Amino acid sequence: MSETEEPLRAELTVEYPFTRTTGDVIGAFMTGLREKRIFGIKRQDGGVLVPPLEYDPVSSEPLTEMLEVSQSGVVDTWTWVDPPRPQSPWNVPHALALIRLDGADTSMLHAVLVDSPSDMSTGMRVTAIWEEERVGHIADLTGFVKEVEESDS
Amino acid sequence: MSKSHNFRDIAVISVASHQTKILSQVNEVQLMADLISRSRNSAGLKQEEIGFTCSGSSDFLAGQAFSFVHTLDAVGAVPPISESHVEMDGAFALYEAWVKLQIGEVDTALVYSYGKPSAGSVIDVLATQLDPYYVSPLWPDCFSLAGLQARSLLDKGSISLERMSEVAMRSQKNAFDNPNGVRSSEDISLDDLMSEPAIADPLRKSDLSEIADGGCAVILAADNKADSLCDRPAWIKGIDHRIDSHTLGARDLTRSPSASLAAEKAGRNSDRLDIAEIHGITSAQELILEKEFALEDETKINPSGGALASDTVMASGLIRIAEVASRIISGQVDRGLAHATSGPCLQQNLVCIMEGK
Amino acid sequence: MTESHPSPSPLSKKVEIPESIREVEPVRSIRSPVKLVYDFVPSPPVQEYLRSYSKKRILGHRSPIDGAVFVPPRGVDPRHGVLIDEVVELPDRGHVGNFCVTHLPIPGRDDLDTPYVSAWIHLDGANVGFLGLVAGCDNDEVHIGMRVQAVWKKEEELGNTAENILFWKPTGEPSIPPDEAGNRAWDHDK
Repeated sequence: MSETEEPLRAELTVEYPFTRTTGDVIGAFMTGLREKRIFGIKRQDGGVLVPPLEYDPVSSEPLTEMLEVSQSGVVDTWTWVDPPRPQSPWNVPHALALIRLDGADTSMLHAVLVDSPSDMSTGMRVTAIWEEERVGHIADLTGFVKEVEESDS
Repeated sequence: MSKSHNFRDIAVISVASHQTKILSQVNEVQLMADLISRSRNSAGLKQEEIGFTCSGSSDFLAGQAFSFVHTLDAVGAVPPISESHVEMDGAFALYEAWVKLQIGEVDTALVYSYGKPSAGSVIDVLATQLDPYYVSPLWPDCFSLAGLQARSLLDKGSISLERMSEVAMRSQKNAFDNPNGVRSSEDISLDDLMSEPAIADPLRKSDLSEIADGGCAVILAADNKADSLCDRPAWIKGIDHRIDSHTLGARDLTRSPSASLAAEKAGRNSDRLDIAEIHGITSAQELILEKEFALEDETKINPSGGALASDTVMASGLIRIAEVASRIISGQVDRGLAHATSGPCLQQNLVCIMEGK
Repeated sequence: MTESHPSPSPLSKKVEIPESIREVEPVRSIRSPVKLVYDFVPSPPVQEYLRSYSKKRILGHRSPIDGAVFVPPRGVDPRHGVLIDEVVELPDRGHVGNFCVTHLPIPGRDDLDTPYVSAWIHLDGANVGFLGLVAGCDNDEVHIGMRVQAVWKKEEELGNTAENILFWKPTGEPSIPPDEAGNRAWDHDK
């Protein structure tokens, strides 16, 4: 190969069109998202795991008691994603955050849709916004936005 | 590990590794043929004299199913060899080989691993390891998740941006003498690093590992075999790996209990450590690990520059073991800790403590 | 003997589905497509191999251990795990080492009528075979040991690709005995 020749190259695209069975617990959570509700599951110690899992991630006890939690909560931690990842649900720069919803003891990963990182802070209150068309998928949640403070609070 | 179990003495007796930003002149098979033969030659072994061969690599990274079979061309697998593979960093392949040697049926093992992230998007590949219902469909990249972790540490007050940059600076300066160091600098200053903009807020570019192509091969031998093949084997005094939950929101991201427990089980506390090669993909992760391993000033941390200087997915952990072992074999140090991680935010951790006799 | 097991019951107790969604159609699955894009740059020996096709040349690699010739060249002798850098040019003639008559179409190859014959082509001077199509005769006539030669694309259509060889056609030379056909690399080793 001479120095001047451009190397040969070939693009390869591998696609995996997965459809995953949810089972009862994750299925109920996804059904809830479609109905604009967020469900968690009660842990042995009374805490609530959101999003819910079939087994406790710490004790591995089977979990069965599902309950609805608030659609608002606090940002436990956050980072800023710019540019947005190509396959993510978002096509604009956004915060990625762990959000602990009121009534939950664990936090869930999702986007906070604000204009810039200067709008973000740990502990800020956020509330969910929803897609118009929902199918039962984590991206039925468009993301979270700053909660509008109530005048009497 | 307890002495009452009659463990065999097993040592790393030779290592070979290579890392570079983009591997353009050779493919993975050619790279590994070179590294494997170098490691075997320096141990004075032919492939037919090696009892067990174990490798680590990722098919999603290679874009090819069962890609490791192709790489066996680099080993010389005919007549048929006793062989195994893990879809994990080579450090975990080394653990499997160590167990095989403990069973006592073989006295020598070849362990190798490699990755060529330049051929695709390692960021997307790593996103596919996450919870497929709740997390992976959001395609978070590994550095953003590590950014969440770093912010938790900053908010808690357990680290500072300055401490992070000090770690980044340590990496670049230490990597200067390392031929495999992809990002290095002899004279980088703290001010230089602290003036960089955040790219996975609060992490700056220098806080993130430098992604590199490369591979590593290691030869293990047991008991007298190790002594007969190597003047100063790096004896594995303890090795252990542990795992935390994959549920990010249920973990305290400021800690890595699995790293701490693996270190304890590997015998971290039994003697001083001259060096520690720890595997973090961010400066903040190195700070978590320093704390989990209770590393003190007497321990030189990441003399190679660590994974921050050159991070080869699937090989960075095995390279940490090789970095410690080679310094023991050469007589530079007596005792060191090597660490490998896998999964998001230090979820899975392996600790290997080695010493020269 | 294999015992029959009941289907798995993942949880000891039934999951309590919240009342507000008990009456609606439950979600039972999610779609989570994954797309990964790669940019492959072949190593120099493979680059050279592909470029040579545009000059109707086929290159192999000769083992430094025993002179066995591998095609396509991969830069290593897979029997010994040693690097190879000696390039040899091979003729575009050889024999069928093994073959298969296939009745299923290949997706994306509408030009290929079924049934077609794919075969391991063992070039003269090579110790391993590589894959090609056999045509230019009845499928029934294809046999192990049959002598074949490459049928190339027209000059103006040649590119840096093994696709330059349209297929392999019989030469009419006497066949090689079946027990002498096929891979010779491992014999070579003895």
